[in-house]
Amino acid sequence: MIVEIGAFSLVLALALSLVQAMLSAAARVKRSRVLAGAGEGAALAAFAGLALAFAALMYAFVTSDFSVANVAANSHSDKPLLYRIAGTWGSHEGSMLLWCLALTGCGAAVAGLGRGLPDGLKTLTVAVQGVLGVVFLAYTVLASNPFARLDAPPIEGRSLNPLLQDPALAFHPPMLYLGYVGLSVVFSFAVAALIEGRVDAAWARWVRPWTLVAWSALTVGITLGAFWAYYELGWGGWWFWDPVENASFMPWLVATALLHSAIVTEKRGALAGWSVFLALAAFTFSMLGAFLVRSGVLTSVHAFAVDPTRGALLLIILGVTAGAAFALFAWRAPALSPGGVFAPVSRESALVLNNILLAAATATVLLGTLYPLIREAATGEAISVGPPFFNLTFTPLMAALVILLPAGPLLAWKRGDARGVAQRLWVAVLIAFACGLAAFALVSPHKAFASAGIAMGAWLVVGAFVELAERTRAFRGPMTETWRRLIGLPRGAWGMTLAHLGLGVFVLGACFETGWKLESAEAIPIGGRLDVGAYQLVLDGVRGVEGPNYDAERGYLRATKADALVCEPRPERRFYPTGGQTTSEVAICTRGVSHLYVVLGERRPGPDGPVWLVRAYWNPWALLIFIGPAIMALGGLVSLSDRRLRMAVGAKEARA
Amino acid sequence: MRRALAIVAAVFCLAAASDPAERLADPAQEARARAIFREVRCLVCQNESIDDSNSELAADLRRLVRDEVKAGMSDEEVRDHLTGRYGEFVLLKPAFSWGNAALWGAPFLVVGLGLLLLVRGFRTRGAEAELSQDEAARLARLSDDEPA
Repeated sequence: MIVEIGAFSLVLALALSLVQAMLSAAARVKRSRVLAGAGEGAALAAFAGLALAFAALMYAFVTSDFSVANVAANSHSDKPLLYRIAGTWGSHEGSMLLWCLALTGCGAAVAGLGRGLPDGLKTLTVAVQGVLGVVFLAYTVLASNPFARLDAPPIEGRSLNPLLQDPALAFHPPMLYLGYVGLSVVFSFAVAALIEGRVDAAWARWVRPWTLVAWSALTVGITLGAFWAYYELGWGGWWFWDPVENASFMPWLVATALLHSAIVTEKRGALAGWSVFLALAAFTFSMLGAFLVRSGVLTSVHAFAVDPTRGALLLIILGVTAGAAFALFAWRAPALSPGGVFAPVSRESALVLNNILLAAATATVLLGTLYPLIREAATGEAISVGPPFFNLTFTPLMAALVILLPAGPLLAWKRGDARGVAQRLWVAVLIAFACGLAAFALVSPHKAFASAGIAMGAWLVVGAFVELAERTRAFRGPMTETWRRLIGLPRGAWGMTLAHLGLGVFVLGACFETGWKLESAEAIPIGGRLDVGAYQLVLDGVRGVEGPNYDAERGYLRATKADALVCEPRPERRFYPTGGQTTSEVAICTRGVSHLYVVLGERRPGPDGPVWLVRAYWNPWALLIFIGPAIMALGGLVSLSDRRLRMAVGAKEARA
Repeated sequence: MRRALAIVAAVFCLAAASDPAERLADPAQEARARAIFREVRCLVCQNESIDDSNSELAADLRRLVRDEVKAGMSDEEVRDHLTGRYGEFVLLKPAFSWGNAALWGAPFLVVGLGLLLLVRGFRTRGAEAELSQDEAARLARLSDDEPA
């Protein structure tokens, strides 16, 4: 019964989205506040309907109702509660429902929260959001119904892939989808502004909080995915330049570019057309991501819920939606004002360079992802584009970005003072060089590129502090004055500093881990020894363990460093009888910000009894790879809190 | 789909190339072989190098590469041999060829185009800011007229 209510709510939400789009569009044409209010009401109701539908599906998963096809295919009654809940969005149908939930949620948020917006812009944004809702809900209802019942329900479900039964991965899709779909609001704002024919500083300010929410969520979502790959896949890699990873990374790159170009549009009225273009591109890349991941046109290591026939439908949705938006852009953008003038050395220039490099990075990732398809379609020759390509193209672009970054916030608008900036940054330059040289000299083996990476990470971290010191006049006046300024710094400034600092922390971690990671593997008997770096591992024993829905072999190891016990890793090798799959559960000992990473491999016959293949990695500074993006996302949220405050104040002033 | 999942899961067990049973005796040769592995695709896997993959084909390819490295072939010769046998698809790093010109050139193209637009923006705006000849002459006349 509850499942039927869910199915009904889903169709109702589709109808309400249609009503939302039509009422809001009519409201804009007739300039009717009543109709606009009705459209907003429909947006809120559509969200309520979808929330109900989602809750119904979740109920079916939690209660293991195997008469629902989707539950039978993706759940199992033995599964722990968390993974039964996560199973709701673990399949294609469920993830599309989650997508629609986020989409209608965004529409409702604009309708409910956008009080400070001008009537015309808000009404049109709600209308466009309604159209997007109709498109994706129609797809879900007609081609991907999660509530379809089975004639003969099985007694037991077919379970969720055990690799996906993981806390990080339970929350990875919701964050990612919030990010993907959060960009739909930015898209709708851009379309609305193009129709209105006005893109100005105010527009850029309204778009900013939405971009910040989506960007922060994407940052967290991508990082959770990388973290999951790091400890679940069992060889310590965290980024593979896999098509599915790229699909989530491209919207992030575009959103990052948009955050920066929107600042120029907001403060100086320049780059209006470019900002609108990025706003359209960001959600287009989100849709492209959904298409690439769901259609299976690209072979990927993460292709978990793939269906080629629906891929064609998604491609049509992508083509029509993005095509219409960019056609509108081509028609209306030339009428947008070019905005303020600026000198070659200025903050505007720095932000434009940021955008050029991010755009080039996006193009590189896009082409690297799609080129095998393009080339095969054009010439019939199959090629592969893998990590070596991205290391040679993407990395230099990012290096250039990182080198320029600390100078940007120190430059003045309109006309900057290059010499002054150089004077403020020389300390950072010195420290960065010192760090790079120290890394090269002290860490063996000596690696020039990795050391340069350390220098760049240090450059970003110190650069962030220099910028903070500059804003607070630290070391140049009384401490009390600095303290007063520090307290008085706007949240937006803190957000930027945190985001840049987080990037620095990430660069440090990524370069150190990649450059000086150690690997060791031996087939050892009970009592056998394995050395990795400064650590010795002894296999004390291997015992069988029974989990809730798996059987495992657990290794009992001791890790020592200079004869002192460091930790006792307990890696497992799990067998899931329902799917017949084997996974390895890695044991990670955290030492400061570094990881000792231990994997228990297969059992083999040895000369004197069985031996186990044990692999150990020393991943120095690996924790920073995940802490860095977390700091960046925190920066996004801090900046967001500032905006909301200011918008509320602005609204109050407007009322007064 | 379930079959695909099973393959993925089976493939995903461990980074296979570090298996001591396969290792070459000479550490320098082993390091070279590992570097080559990272640039060779496991042909039957989803999107993995033979360094990571546990599949049988990857193990065969690793044995092949290790044998050739041991026999004293250069990295280039090993790669050429592989592409001769399996086509360009086997290399994770696409060749620098005309067919891949768009791929390798794209980053430069976008950066170049962006910089060009930026510089052109400065030029045209710079010209607007400067005075035309007429204006300069008028300005000179006006300042000449001023009483000393």
